[in-house]
Amino acid sequence: MSRSEAGEIRPLARHDGDPVFDEPWQAQALGLAFTLAERGVFTPAQWSQTLGAKHRQILARGAADNAQTYYEAVVSALEALICDSGKLSADLLDDRTRTWRRAYLNTPHGNPVLLSAGEEAR
Amino acid sequence: MSADPQKETGDIHHELHSHLPPEPALRVKAMESLLVEKGMLDPATVDAWVEAYSEKIGPKCGAAIVARAWIDPDFKARLLENGTEAVKEMETAGWAVAHLRVIENTDDVHNLVVCTLCSCYPHAILGPPPNWYKMAAYRSRAVREPRVVLEEFGVTLPDDIDLRIWDSTSELRYLVLPQRPAGTEGWDEERLASIVTRNSMIGTHRDLDPSAGSA
Repeated sequence: MSRSEAGEIRPLARHDGDPVFDEPWQAQALGLAFTLAERGVFTPAQWSQTLGAKHRQILARGAADNAQTYYEAVVSALEALICDSGKLSADLLDDRTRTWRRAYLNTPHGNPVLLSAGEEAR
Repeated sequence: MSADPQKETGDIHHELHSHLPPEPALRVKAMESLLVEKGMLDPATVDAWVEAYSEKIGPKCGAAIVARAWIDPDFKARLLENGTEAVKEMETAGWAVAHLRVIENTDDVHNLVVCTLCSCYPHAILGPPPNWYKMAAYRSRAVREPRVVLEEFGVTLPDDIDLRIWDSTSELRYLVLPQRPAGTEGWDEERLASIVTRNSMIGTHRDLDPSAGSA
């Protein structure tokens, strides 16, 4: 009798039919990683080391062992490597993230979201 | 008290937030928009990758390679000798960023692929990895208790079969060449490819089912 027939939990096989990407941003994040590695912003070895380390850190903080956590690690690893390369600063990334958030909040649902909608009046 | 002004505000707040993407999505947008502005990224390249890996590049590419290896012994020999070079003969492969080594299952040997560090995988020929491949549970258990993991996937491996675990890296990826099942004699490449599962090329599936083949 296989484990599934015995009704035991099959934690891995249960995810076998999951879609490749749950949300478009996950695909964008991986696409960004591949594109930047191809452009030499970081090496594939740096990518796997950093992704592995970020993933372990997030799991160590108690995050669930699932796709959501994995893609959060992908985003953290990307940010770390981009900042390490000197291309962008962490402050700039934080600031731009806030601007996008405001842009979404300021844009009526259904309209295209433009970055300018999130820019604060100076 | 029926009216709770705080709750009402909360509901409105929720309405406003309903189309706000999750935090990591905003962070991806932030990186992408800044890199594009600085001329360090062509957004079309990322879009092309996403389109290719969401729709075109997937396990079917790997299945076509396996089917050709079953039919063409010379191709199979080249594939086992130097996977990276041999897959270039196929039209289907995607963007290769690492070397590929193809490892063959036999009556006495079963191969299982894992990436204990992160999620290295032959994306270029299998598309993005399944979610379980990226989970810490698989990455640790595939090494610690591989036969239990295989059981979970419905593969009961007799003790006398040699189980080999291959740990992928950013430099070297592995593809399992599953065994061609009996009952597929005379089939063409396309029909053979239709029975090759993604998991059989990772090693979490062993005995392919000829009845799954489209005539």
